Amino acid sequence: MKILLFGITKDIIGSSTLDYTVDQTDLTSESLLELLKEKYPELSKLRSIALAVNGEHANGTEVISDKDEVALIPPMSGG
Amino acid sequence: MIALQETKEINTASIIDSVKSDYCGAIDVFIGTVRDNLVGKKVTKLFFEAYETMAVSELQKIADTVKEKFKADKVSIVHAVGDCEVGEIAVVIAVSTPHRKASFEACEYAIDTLKETVPIWKREYFEDGSHWVFSHP
Repeated sequence: MKILLFGITKDIIGSSTLDYTVDQTDLTSESLLELLKEKYPELSKLRSIALAVNGEHANGTEVISDKDEVALIPPMSGG
Repeated sequence: MIALQETKEINTASIIDSVKSDYCGAIDVFIGTVRDNLVGKKVTKLFFEAYETMAVSELQKIADTVKEKFKADKVSIVHAVGDCEVGEIAVVIAVSTPHRKASFEACEYAIDTLKETVPIWKREYFEDGSHWVFSHP
């Protein structure tokens, strides 16, 4: 799975996508976010960090598979 | 009309036309533009990046909610992507409602919600550097 990166998360991870292999059947969006924060501690220093799953803001309970489109959502600043 | 466009392509008149409605007596328009300063620091330009498919679907959700909550007939929201120079348009929101009060409130609701829910990121450029807005506390 390629995790889509935007804004400051591109600068932190140094790429516009992040390859990630889901190796468990019950990986929730909350656990995935925790794993990413462990791997990239700079993410925890942001004002907020969240995931979107298949184009919707994640609530933490979504079960993630390699077929899902996942994006890291740093603090939004449109308008 | 829900769209992401280069700022130079944004046509405010056609966005206003897109919400005209025979049974509505009010159209309110909010236009967000690029200002040249941030707490005294000179801003030279902005750059907007969007998670485009999701941004469009979140903008559509705002438009749908505005129709339901404020009894709006038509709602258009167009947000800029890419570079925006000082004075250029970042976002246009237009709403038609039967009476004026609802259209004012609807525009305010739409821009406030857009800032909270639509995956668009703004990078501010100064004379001596740049940063992603709101990234860090």
